[in-house]
Parts: sequence; structure tokens; C-alpha cells
Amino acid sequence: MSHTAETEPISLFEGATHGYSVKLDAFEGPLDLLLHLIRKNEVDIYDIPVALITRQYLDYLKLMKELNLDLAGDFLVMASTLLQIKSRMLLPMPEPEEGEGEEQEDPRAELVRRLLDYQRYRDAGLELGACELLGREVFVRPCSDGCCLEGLAAMDDGPLELDLFELSEAFNQLLARVPLARAHEVAAQETLSIVDAINEILTRLEGQHSLEFGILFLDDMSRERMIVTFLALLELCRIKLVKIMQNSRYGAIHIFPSVLATDEVGVTDALSFT
Amino acid sequence: MHFPSLNAIIEGLLFVSDGPTTLDRLTELLPDYERASVRLAIQELRDDYEQRGAGIHLVEVAGGWQLRTVPELMPYLSRMVKGKPARFSQSALETLAIVAYRQPITRQEIEYLRGVDTGAVLKSLLEKKLVKIMGKKDIPGRPIIYGTTKEFLEVFNLKDLKGLPTLREIQSLDETPIFEVQEELPLGGE
Repeated sequence: MSHTAETEPISLFEGATHGYSVKLDAFEGPLDLLLHLIRKNEVDIYDIPVALITRQYLDYLKLMKELNLDLAGDFLVMASTLLQIKSRMLLPMPEPEEGEGEEQEDPRAELVRRLLDYQRYRDAGLELGACELLGREVFVRPCSDGCCLEGLAAMDDGPLELDLFELSEAFNQLLARVPLARAHEVAAQETLSIVDAINEILTRLEGQHSLEFGILFLDDMSRERMIVTFLALLELCRIKLVKIMQNSRYGAIHIFPSVLATDEVGVTDALSFT
Repeated sequence: MHFPSLNAIIEGLLFVSDGPTTLDRLTELLPDYERASVRLAIQELRDDYEQRGAGIHLVEVAGGWQLRTVPELMPYLSRMVKGKPARFSQSALETLAIVAYRQPITRQEIEYLRGVDTGAVLKSLLEKKLVKIMGKKDIPGRPIIYGTTKEFLEVFNLKDLKGLPTLREIQSLDETPIFEVQEELPLGGE
């Protein structure tokens, strides 16, 4: 933003002739660019001269093309919105009919609302960025994994609880390792039941401190088997027989038997869908 | 007063704990003490750090209490701390602000407000654990709704969501620095 813009009359082709002192990629999107144009021209945001702004906006797009910048589709959408507003403003407003007390809305009204909204959140973002950020302005005592006082032994605060998003991501990674069966057999295969899978997981957990998520899925498992095992794991989690945790972010996922795990009869009883 | 005092005990607990510790957790760890006295001790400890002009202070962040270095130490500490300091692009900050103020919010709503595709930014915020999936909205298509996480409060040094800076009113449009000053705008309704 050159300071000359404040004093000199604004030329329509300013951008194309001597270049802006603004980096084009500094614009986060069409709304950002529009706000900049409105400011640069010192026009009233509630009374945008659409023709002028549209022309400058299109000049920008042209310039971006010349610079071989990838023109995001969003910029083009805004260009067509501007052109539509411009053409609607050229048309005479239909006389407000009787009984329809409300006045016709200015074609620019929605755009203005969006611009103001956008501006508000952009400023809020800048303000957030100016906060005293952890790891930038302020620091805490680093926690080196494994040496935490509350390690795996005390599960209350140590390992992070896992959310579903991460768990399903881990499962997808596993699933990707298993090739899709090329031929589908209709013949009676081994029947897969979630209850069986649950019992299998519990048996394998017995006497163990914990089980790693990846180990749970044996290498020779079919996709169906893996899916059933995963569903079984989710079910076990739901009825609170296991706890699924990570001991560090992006670390290995571990499955812990919950203290509640007692008898297997209880398990089948607790399953609502069998 | 016998040693260790409650203040000293709490100081120790906060020193070793890995994240912000809530008052509830502290009371749980100190069954011999009243909740009110634990709270009082925290406040005394906080004032103590402040009056001493210490390099660390006790701050309330993400619903708990944590010992953090004072921001003035930044130039000295950043030399020692490994790894790149946290950096956020404008698009990440914009998206975070929208999610923080408007949560729960769908991706479509964020994109309408920003005017640009937000998929990649949202994904990276999810990976950084600043934003989380809160569920699905009960409208056709059941779009995913997003919200901010506890880590977001921790990283941005916020006590809770109410601690977010208040959204600037429309009137102050002309206060934005860097850009040339605009004339007073007529105040119209939104």
C-alpha cells in the first residue's frame, strides 16, 4: 500500500502500470481483496461504487494471471457476483407493490454484510495472533515422554485419552495395508460376529498390561475380520471394558483392560445388538 | 508455620504437572485441605511470583493453573528452546477466530464467512489439535461441526472461551492499522 495513494487521484490502471507494493499472495481471498480495494479507493463500504470496484477487481485477476499465479476458483466466483450486482443495479427497481411494505433490498447489501463480517473475523484472527503464544512468547517446563511422574502406571493424568477421529485414522492406516480382495467369493465363509471378536480381544488382553493397537490386528486378517475387530473394539470402549489411550501425541495407541473387566458372561449381556 | 506450607506443596505440584491443573484436581490431590484454602494458596502463590518480579508466573489457562515463563523472557528463552516457535498464517488465524467465536460451526459456514476454500487449513488445525470435530449437525447432509480444543486455550494463553478478545464492532472499521485511515463511516444497521 503506497502512501501516494492517499494524495494522488486514483488511476484505474494503477495496478497494471506501476505495480502495487502489495504482495498478491497476501490476499487471503476475494473478500480480503475487495476490502483492500474499498480502502484504497477511500469509498464508503455502505455505498460501494460497484462499477469502479469491479473493474479494479478484474484488473487484479488479470494481473494474477499474468504473474502465473494459480487463480483460485473462489476469486472467479466473486467476480461473477460483482458483475451480477452491477447488472442488477443498472436495472430499474420494481415499484414496491402495495401490501408489500418492505423496501427492496439494495443488491449490494449481502456483499456488504459479508465484507463486514469477514473484516471482523480477520481482525479477531490478528488479535489472536498477537496473544502471548505458548512456544513463542511464553514457555512451560517441557515434559519429556516417559519420564513423567505420572507415567503409564497411573493412567489418570498420564496417557492422553484418544478421540474417535484419531482412532479411526489409525484404523484407516491399517486397513490401507491390506489389499482389496480381487475376487469376491459368495461361498459360506467363516462367520464373523462382533461378540466373537470381543471375546478374542478380551482373551488376548487377559494378564497383559496393555496391547498395542497395531498388534491387535494380525497380519493375516482379512478386511472383514479387521473391520469386525475394530467394531468390537469400539463396542468394548462403549461399554467401558477397555480404555484406549496414547502415551504421547501421535504416539502408539494402546488398549488397556478396564478394571471393570471381570467375567465374559457380563460382556455378552451388555451387548445390546446381539 | 510448619514446613512444607500449603503454598509450597501447591507450588511443587504445579511445577511437576504436565499441563494446567484445575482447582478440582488440586483439591483431589490434597484431601487434608479445604477447597477454599487451596484456592487462597493459589492466589497467594500467584501474587508472590508477581511481587518478586520472578521469571515465571502462575497463570490461569484452559480452566486450570500453570506455571509459565513471563513473556519478557522471550528473547532469552527462544535461543534455548529447540524447534521452531509456533507460527500461524493469516488464513489459519482467520479460520481459528471464526471457529472460536462461532462454534459449533460447519465447514460450509466457515467458507461462506471467509469466501475461500478452507479444507486444507481446517485439516492442519485438526492435526495441530487446535480444532476438533464436535459431531454432526442435525440438518440435511449431516455436515461435520467443528469447535476449538483445550489445546487451543493453552496455546493462546486463554483462561476460557470467554477470555477471547471481544469482536470489534463495525464502527471501528477505520481503526485497522497498516491501511490508510478512512473517513468516519455512517453507522447503519447490520
